[in-house]
Amino acid sequence: MRVLTFTIRNSKEMIREPLNLALGIGFPLVVLVLLSVIQANIPVDLFVIERLIPGIAVFGLSFIATFSGTLIAADRGTSFLLRLFTTPLTAYNYIMGYTLPLLPMAILQIIISFIAAFFLVLTLNLNVLLSILILIPAAVVFIGFGLLAGSLFNEKMVGNVCGAVLTNLTVWLSGAWFALDLVGGWFEKLAYSLPFAHAVDASRAAIVGDYSAIMPHLWWVIGYAVVTMLIAIVVFKKKMTSDQ
Amino acid sequence: MIAIEIRNLSKNFKEKTAVNSLNLSIKQGELFALLGVNGAGKTTTLKGYSIVSQPQKVKENINVSPQETAVARNLSVKENLELVASIYGFDKQKTALKVEEMLRSFSLSEVSKDKAKTLSGGMQRRLSIAMALISEPQIVFLDEPTQGLDVISRRELWTAIEKLKGNVTIILTTHYMEEAEALSDRIGIMSKGELKATGTVSESLTQSNSKTLEEAFVLLATQKEGAQ
Repeated sequence: MRVLTFTIRNSKEMIREPLNLALGIGFPLVVLVLLSVIQANIPVDLFVIERLIPGIAVFGLSFIATFSGTLIAADRGTSFLLRLFTTPLTAYNYIMGYTLPLLPMAILQIIISFIAAFFLVLTLNLNVLLSILILIPAAVVFIGFGLLAGSLFNEKMVGNVCGAVLTNLTVWLSGAWFALDLVGGWFEKLAYSLPFAHAVDASRAAIVGDYSAIMPHLWWVIGYAVVTMLIAIVVFKKKMTSDQ
Repeated sequence: MIAIEIRNLSKNFKEKTAVNSLNLSIKQGELFALLGVNGAGKTTTLKGYSIVSQPQKVKENINVSPQETAVARNLSVKENLELVASIYGFDKQKTALKVEEMLRSFSLSEVSKDKAKTLSGGMQRRLSIAMALISEPQIVFLDEPTQGLDVISRRELWTAIEKLKGNVTIILTTHYMEEAEALSDRIGIMSKGELKATGTVSESLTQSNSKTLEEAFVLLATQKEGAQ
């Protein structure tokens, strides 16, 4: 019951922040439409909707980290979390309360991106649904980044680290806007040592029905999701003690 | 009956000692005002007792209003109160009753549907204290509850706090002498992390041979260790 109460509160805090909605849903949709217009005028293989939409969805997910990170940092900064520390809420309640609302929000965000793509000629089939499901571990990675950033930084720094650095990393190192093998070398190696390009490639493989290509990429994302969440939980619990 | 017993409470921040071997007993229903200048260690004492490693059973019977107004910004006044009531395990019916009571007691009924972030500083402070009291705590910690409030808001809050006296054990930190004089059963004077003196206001005046609490505070807070 306490987890549910805290989860509902956190959901309301995030949903009622208009900037969250504008950035998390509006901005990726604007990019999707713009790149589709470019594709319509000057056909580029990379911007074909089946290749474009996984990248857009992963880019949109990067804002999820900003949502949760900002909320946690604000709660710490305004002493709201200090107030909660004196209540019967436990560490488990906090971690669940801060992470649970984000998963449905992330899935909803992915679905909205795909619905927009549907209006831009994406064919709806089972592969598309699989492609959406495959992005869930990527959502967990970003949720973990948010919990970590919110535990370590203040509200302004979360804006910089998640809002600027993480979204840029996602843009540059996901292979969503340009083919990574065009740059090649250390850049490509760096991109494929991080989860973003793997998340996009796994989702792209699913959407075109290339099932054997999914798991090699998806394991990377699942690995990052597990490690990121574990680190985030340990850091949050440590900060919870030191903040007191 | 003793409600709060603090023994040898100490807290260091790297090299700096914020609270040094503090001992204090507070009776049930008593309002104890912890007086001190900024940085004296009042908030650290309060945090040290109210938060660190308290068993679940104790947590269910205490509540805190922190120095910085700690409210959920995007939740309405009513939702903030419901949140705390629900965390303390109140059912729907009891939550509704307590929310109404708090809205009335703290003159927040008219703004019950407004988001907390849109309220004035004084109203946010009143909401913060209402959130500390809605759980029907046996012990409540009010950290500088009237800081930054105008005269009328401060008086309203004093009236609300006075109503709690006798039923709830209250530790209140303040650096306003008149607030300590008006509200407290006993005061404690803190300076540089140490509790320099405890007693009623009149005992403090006698102990320091002073005419006003401000004078007594200055003398007692600045006295050297071991000096009388």
